[in-house]
Amino acid sequence: MSDAKNDPGSTRAKGPGDDREELAQEYADNLPAAPGTTPDPVVIGERRGMFGASSGQDTTGYGGLRSEILLPGASPRPYGGYFDQLADSLERALVGGQASWSEAVEWVTVDRGEMTIHVRREHLVPVVRVLRDDPELRFEICTGVSGVHYPHETGRELHAVYHFLSITNGSKRVRVEVTCPDDDPHIPSIVSVYPANDWHERETWDMFGIQFDGHPALTRILMPDDWPGHPQRKDYPLGGIPVEYKGASIPPPDQRRSYN
Amino acid sequence: MSTASQTTRTSDPYATSGADVDSAGDARVFNASGGDWDDVVEEASALHEERIVVNMGPQHPSTHGVLRLILELDGETVTETRAGIGYLHTGIEKNMEFRNWTQGVTFCTRMDYLTPMMQETVYCLAVEKLLGITDRIPQRASTIRVLMMELTRISSHLVALGTGGMEMGATTVMTVGFRERERILSIIEMITGLRMNNAYIRPGGVAQDLPRGVYDKIRDTMPALRRGLGELEALLNENPLVKGRMEKVGYLDLTGCMALGITGPVLRSAGLPHDLRKSAPYCGYETYDFDVPTRTSCDAYGRLRVRIDEMYQSMRIIEQATDRLQADEPGAPVMVEDKKIAWPAQLAIGSDGMGNSLDHIRTIMGESMEALIHHFKLVTEGFRVPAGQAYVAVESAKGELGCHVVSDGGTRPYRAHFRDPSFNNLQAAAAMCEGGQIADVIVAVASIDPVMGGVDR
Amino acid sequence: MGIEEKLPSGFLLSTIEGLAGYMRKSSMWPATFGLACCAIEMMAVGTPDYDIARFGMERFSATPRQADLMIVAGRVSQKMAPVVRQVYDQMPNPKWVISMGVCASSGGMFNNYAIVQGVDHIIPVDIYLPGCPPRPEMLLNAILTLHDEIQKMPLGVNREKAARAAELAALNATPTHAMKGLLA
Repeated sequence: MSDAKNDPGSTRAKGPGDDREELAQEYADNLPAAPGTTPDPVVIGERRGMFGASSGQDTTGYGGLRSEILLPGASPRPYGGYFDQLADSLERALVGGQASWSEAVEWVTVDRGEMTIHVRREHLVPVVRVLRDDPELRFEICTGVSGVHYPHETGRELHAVYHFLSITNGSKRVRVEVTCPDDDPHIPSIVSVYPANDWHERETWDMFGIQFDGHPALTRILMPDDWPGHPQRKDYPLGGIPVEYKGASIPPPDQRRSYN
Repeated sequence: MSTASQTTRTSDPYATSGADVDSAGDARVFNASGGDWDDVVEEASALHEERIVVNMGPQHPSTHGVLRLILELDGETVTETRAGIGYLHTGIEKNMEFRNWTQGVTFCTRMDYLTPMMQETVYCLAVEKLLGITDRIPQRASTIRVLMMELTRISSHLVALGTGGMEMGATTVMTVGFRERERILSIIEMITGLRMNNAYIRPGGVAQDLPRGVYDKIRDTMPALRRGLGELEALLNENPLVKGRMEKVGYLDLTGCMALGITGPVLRSAGLPHDLRKSAPYCGYETYDFDVPTRTSCDAYGRLRVRIDEMYQSMRIIEQATDRLQADEPGAPVMVEDKKIAWPAQLAIGSDGMGNSLDHIRTIMGESMEALIHHFKLVTEGFRVPAGQAYVAVESAKGELGCHVVSDGGTRPYRAHFRDPSFNNLQAAAAMCEGGQIADVIVAVASIDPVMGGVDR
Repeated sequence: MGIEEKLPSGFLLSTIEGLAGYMRKSSMWPATFGLACCAIEMMAVGTPDYDIARFGMERFSATPRQADLMIVAGRVSQKMAPVVRQVYDQMPNPKWVISMGVCASSGGMFNNYAIVQGVDHIIPVDIYLPGCPPRPEMLLNAILTLHDEIQKMPLGVNREKAARAAELAALNATPTHAMKGLLA
């Protein structure tokens, strides 16, 4: 079925998916054609219903809607722009090192004009070291770690996203994404390669509970030192209190009805 | 009761006294003291040396907000510096996950409260990248964004210089700096309605067009601002006291900057002319004519000169932007054409205050059903952004301000993380202060110019 | 507090009240407690355009031991709350508190885990000043309102009477969520 859609030479009747193909051509640089049309999109959850209604008291019928939430997955070559050369340089630089390209890299996504290299967490430090040291790559600045929590992506709940900037190679940017499961939230620390990541990793530990092995002093940085829990995880409540107005009481933002 | 616990603990100078505990009766008594403060003191006293541990802040006039500096002193020399942050942590990023994409602007604006427009712009650029409408933002909207960002840059540098001067004891520098800042704030107020934390730049463009009379106001303000900056330069540039206190203080050369990932005026004072407005332009910055000032002295004095020069360059950009805006044809759009994203309403002052302009209400109630639907859907639900992630960085007054935004296809940011330049640059405080004198700590931290709202978010 | 607390009620007490109030309001020294964005507007009040020096208040006292007024300007996070309390305790009587901005008054737009929903959870507040951030003129208005209150502040036995009356009124007042039928 998907072969027929992607095969430009096929002669089938014009269907609802064809307009999306045209749009895909038009916005190829900036958007994935439509959610789910990159070859292997990643499922990170499921959207149930609309307008905050789920089946039960809902009479609109929208409560029965079930749609998967898809993030762009692996992109096929050629990536476009400087990304191909970047991937080739990285592959070449990893040869003979602690990990080869196929061992370290899970897949590469090119989406909205940005390249994301999904790296296996065991091999993060050699990849990052090569990114910094290899003359063709030379990403001197790591702008930090950003944690993201996908509670429904079992086995890969916690993502740590690193962004790199190369000043000498004309302001190229690349993103490295590492995942770890909730029950084993360990990712090697890259402070030995990029000392600037010190506080960023502390913040990601504080907010998400990702433990960075090898960090010199992984302690809370934003919350008080004895705070329980990791606030920016999706299973941590927003923590607000209901607000009293004249004649009414409004619940805090995470308990209000919301659009899905 | 608390008396039992009191006798088992070592005497805590901040604990409630026995008399107060007794008079409290059944009420609970809380003792509040700092986090690892006791451990630090114990460690230092175990060394049996003439080392004093001094805690500066979080409430301290010279710490640029609520920054806690824990200094270990050997006489007048600082041997170890630790920065304690988090006293202004507001959970803005988590809050944004429960609001619309457009409402997110009002939250991110309050992070680095001296440069609100920068956060708004970077967030909107990231959202627009996710939406795929970066090329369809109207030219006028980009020019207005540039104008607002440069005005914000000047006002932020003025606060940096003003508070830096005040912390050194030069109060006149602060009064002159803030007097000039008031001129800029009144321009910003005329355009956006608020002096600070204006939610003016929205995904798709800007909230509304410039009001009448703003070009004259900007043109009148620029010469006065120039004179004020000249006054500030006369006070600071060749002042022997300023030079004596700021030269060779807070030294961080290019190696140190690269190791610590420092960007902004600190990096430019080390000689590297790295400015995202030139190297990776956004909002049309490649079409403006301006220079990137650098110094090679790597010290606090160099950063002072870099900031002053940057203010003059920003004024050049403002003048060019004003010329372009005035030359635009009237009625040029300031919001993207796609009505499913563009913020619908224009605001106006009515008889009962500020609200939707009557023209807009007439359109949506009387003339166009689609406009009414768009207004309703945008204001209640907001627009949906296709799933994916994007990272955009702008050159804030303090350095590279980045926004990493993840969408799951819904009406709310799934994750919005801001890489604040002050958060990163403050790590250099230890490198700059250790080995120096305690009075230089204040000067060095002031030259990094951290804003704790951005550091803690 | 002092001898003025021990005077019997009468003509002498009311004269002393007026005099003490005048003295106290004319040269209050604020403690620098700027936390976030409101701190910038508070600094702007100290500058020539808005000039808090006309009220004798330009001397922002860094040490709370010499301060009369604590302007809590900005959002109070959970980590900062003990520090707020400690600084308040270090201020000698008579002391007043202005909570400047909506974040200090009620938690503001940040109804979440990290922000204390109103600094009056920790310290007693005399004047609440809404705004995000309030303009410098609004802060001056709040300060002038506080000056009026200080001028009229009763002392000694009058003060006890006034406090008891206020407590009774607060206990008998309708709670906010039970106020019905009140628009605007």
